[in-house]
Amino acid sequence: MQIADEELELLVADLHDRYGYDFSGYARASLKRRFERLAGLDKFPSFAEFRYKILKDPVYIKRVVEEITVNVTEMFRDPHFYLALRAEILPVLATYPFIRIWLAGVASGEEAYSMAILLYEANLLHKTLIYATDINPAVLDVARKGIYPAAKMKQYSENYLAAGGKGDFSEYYTARYGYIKLNEELSRRMIFSTHNLVSDATFNEFQVIICRNVLIYFDKTLQDRVFHLFNDSLDIFGFIALGSKETLKFSGMSDKYKVLKSGEKIWRKIS
Amino acid sequence: MAEDLIGPGYQCVVIGGSAGSIKVLIDALPAITPHLRLAIVVVLHRKNAADNSLLVHLLRSKTLMLVKEIEEKEPICSGICYIAPPDYHVLVEKDRTFSLDASEKVNFSRPSIDVTFESAAVVYGASLACVLLSGANSDGAHGLIMAGAHNALIAIQDPATAEMPAMPRSAMNVVENYHILQPEQLAGFINNLA
Repeated sequence: MQIADEELELLVADLHDRYGYDFSGYARASLKRRFERLAGLDKFPSFAEFRYKILKDPVYIKRVVEEITVNVTEMFRDPHFYLALRAEILPVLATYPFIRIWLAGVASGEEAYSMAILLYEANLLHKTLIYATDINPAVLDVARKGIYPAAKMKQYSENYLAAGGKGDFSEYYTARYGYIKLNEELSRRMIFSTHNLVSDATFNEFQVIICRNVLIYFDKTLQDRVFHLFNDSLDIFGFIALGSKETLKFSGMSDKYKVLKSGEKIWRKIS
Repeated sequence: MAEDLIGPGYQCVVIGGSAGSIKVLIDALPAITPHLRLAIVVVLHRKNAADNSLLVHLLRSKTLMLVKEIEEKEPICSGICYIAPPDYHVLVEKDRTFSLDASEKVNFSRPSIDVTFESAAVVYGASLACVLLSGANSDGAHGLIMAGAHNALIAIQDPATAEMPAMPRSAMNVVENYHILQPEQLAGFINNLA
């Protein structure tokens, strides 16, 4: 199904007025594509029927939010990023008595477990709290359980090695019936919570904030809001990491940050 | 292929390719006029992310045009050759900026040619040209149908000249109006668009 521009604005208004979800700051081309994809998946014959379902069925809204937001993630995605974390950030964190890390837009949690493995191998996990947040409660349930399809483990195991992993990746999980469950030692230091970057405020102070491939879906105005939120939530000398195509450069606060390592999207707050 | 019948006035050309397409592009680039008044957007499938900076360097060495990897929210300007980054779909916003999307693969591909053809067609309509080159899967075919519905100009590499004919062939099976392009005609085709 093709959704026209003005129809898209109707859906954005419906979600906000009826359910309090504000997608008005989302980049329209990908938002439109997500709605079209969902209408296709659920086989709506017309826009009118799609919209009616959204307006009348509060249960369906859960699915809408789940499918409109992008939840594609993997363990140790962009292994060089994790290499940089290991080499440049963990040695600094090691000097702190207590470490708080915020993973914003964590989806089904693969990044949180990757981070936990890194911290575990550096012997820092015991003094760390990982705050894993997402707009979408359903994916956080998956994250909390730490159960993933076993078919993905080959890729993740290669990523783990490319990310400088020194152990045997298979020791971090147990496999059964086509699924794996990551060890509970890894999730013991995680706190899962819904948090909407569009509307919610800061909730703690962190030494590291990681938010990868979330801002690409936001327009400039919303990106700026989120940069301010992160800035207010980050300790001086803390680190911000973004996705490989995202940047702080045009955020209006780039003078407060310096690039940690060229080629990596990691910044350190210097004032 | 009546390339001399194609008048100027196009603002953007999206070139999609997969296996066997890089050579076609590299051979064409030196003959493409560097200050063309249209934007060139290249969406190629690659095996891994590390290939991309190599690809950008390689293409750069073949032209005086600015060749760059797409940044998110970047305005689309004429005279520039934009390369889709690995692992992101490339979309076009109404204000003629790029936006990137890391969602599910389409046709086992990210970037997907379908996604960019469709999205560019909605924004550029009849001032868009789409070129589909060699490849081993069927990405691009559905996007060309949508592009055709928005009156975009469509050119498909002659499968007989393609290292991997499956991609041009599957597009030809479903698209109605298109030009057949020989690899050596690509540069002239693009020069005539603007």
